[in-house]
Amino acid sequence: MGENDRQAVLMSGNEACVEGALLAGIRFFAGYPITPSTEIAEGLAKRLPRYGGKFIQMEDEIASMAAVVGASLAGAKAMTATSGPGFSLKQENIGFAAMAEVPCVVVNVQRFGPSTGLPTSPAQGDIMQARWGTHGDHPVIALMPASVQECLTLTVEAFNLAEEYRTPVILLMDEVVGHMREGILLPRKEEIVLKERKKPTVPPEEYLPYKADPDGIPPMANFGDGYRYHVTGLVHDETGFPRGRGIDGDRLVRRLVNKVKDNFVPMVEEYLTEDAEIAVVACGSVARSAKRAVDLGREQGIKVGLVRPISIWPFPEKVIRDLAEKVKAFVVPEMNLGQVVLEVERCACGKAGVYGLNRIDAELITPDEILTKIQEVK
Amino acid sequence: MAQLEIRLSGFGGQGLITAGIILADAAIKEGKQAVQSQSYGPEARGGASKAEVIISDTTIDYPKVKEPAVLLAMSQEACDKYIASLRDDGILIVDSYYVKKIPETRARVYSLPITELARDKLGKVIVANIVALGATVAITGAVGREALEKAVLSRVPRGTEDLNREALALGWQLGREQLEK
Repeated sequence: MGENDRQAVLMSGNEACVEGALLAGIRFFAGYPITPSTEIAEGLAKRLPRYGGKFIQMEDEIASMAAVVGASLAGAKAMTATSGPGFSLKQENIGFAAMAEVPCVVVNVQRFGPSTGLPTSPAQGDIMQARWGTHGDHPVIALMPASVQECLTLTVEAFNLAEEYRTPVILLMDEVVGHMREGILLPRKEEIVLKERKKPTVPPEEYLPYKADPDGIPPMANFGDGYRYHVTGLVHDETGFPRGRGIDGDRLVRRLVNKVKDNFVPMVEEYLTEDAEIAVVACGSVARSAKRAVDLGREQGIKVGLVRPISIWPFPEKVIRDLAEKVKAFVVPEMNLGQVVLEVERCACGKAGVYGLNRIDAELITPDEILTKIQEVK
Repeated sequence: MAQLEIRLSGFGGQGLITAGIILADAAIKEGKQAVQSQSYGPEARGGASKAEVIISDTTIDYPKVKEPAVLLAMSQEACDKYIASLRDDGILIVDSYYVKKIPETRARVYSLPITELARDKLGKVIVANIVALGATVAITGAVGREALEKAVLSRVPRGTEDLNREALALGWQLGREQLEK
């Protein structure tokens, strides 16, 4: 139990996401409910109006993503929540938000796919979609919670990162963490650090909406505050207007990608990796099984540790590169046919063996299965 | 590591997921760790339904139940399906209203008239889940009575507190009687 007699409360990952969004200052939610993310829309429909916010159920996933972009341009912290098929439909407007630099949070509670798949069953098949789902080069920040507590804290973090970097941030949950319930400690409001988008310091007539500061991020005026500017998915210059020039495209897309690449420090948890000869790399709910497998392996005298990317994008490249110099092998369990494993292989550069462990029968990979794989590659 | 794995099974509409949530909530209220999960079909009623609860003194990593020590079965189908996963030293509790044939098992078996009692004594089949929960907890000692009652009252719809308190007491008594036999 927490300090100061704080009582843990039982809730699901989806409910914790709602708490996190409210703590982060969400003022707009648009969505089209879809299992297994529905409880997020349900919770915000009930509670957001009491915080002075707006909830709207749109006609589909595409429109709900568009509404989120619009609300954010008007100054509201905005979010949508969806699952597989809905995430596919939102991709076009996620690209628009990346191009027009509109902060927003997109929750994708992953379910079994492709297409409508198995609606109530878990999977982690959208990892590459989160990176490359919308076309063209673009920045991506995607976070993967492994516990109900983290569903709360990473929702707050997702809003902060969206505001800070002026880019869509994806909270990539999975059905297991979304629907399981466990005890969490609700942070007090004063314990939460919130970040807000940079506002222009110049008067409207001098405002260049896409002129970036040295950190690569331009200040953002709210629509309605007297700063009139053009927002487009076309390549634009500092004025926000398209000129149809390749050189503007080069400058803009490099800046969009680099503002995240140069500033964002990938978030990662390492467990017993200091002396590890085998490193398990696992995210989301699978990391829970992996942690148990690592403990079981250690009990048998196997030097095994866990790397858990919390930000799956940007991927914690350096941690994997450094470990590849030390470990004999990586084991990569995931509820898909091999997506994270591609990143691990890329970063390991052939310096350590990389072994996938894949399950796509709608069941969470068990600790025993991971332990068996660890024993095999030992 | 003291870890108790419980599976509550039956069909959709019996309130087994609610019962699982209440049980996990009671454990949290006692300062323990608990994880609750469920699986269900897309239909709202009639499909197979199961809720799982793990109660532990330490952190729970893998959140699913593999070999429950306690299995509550409120349908014949669920009983037949999950009996194989029950530990040999485990406890099987079945609702005799639905489960007529008890499969072969080395576990201790309690066949209780859960739904029948809810219907005859309380006039409401809908609280059979709370009767079942009371009996299950009385037999297994999964959580304390006080925490359980608190959890029940905080999770049931307003206006149904008295009915649910009665259902819990009825189930508790049913469980205690079994232990005294």
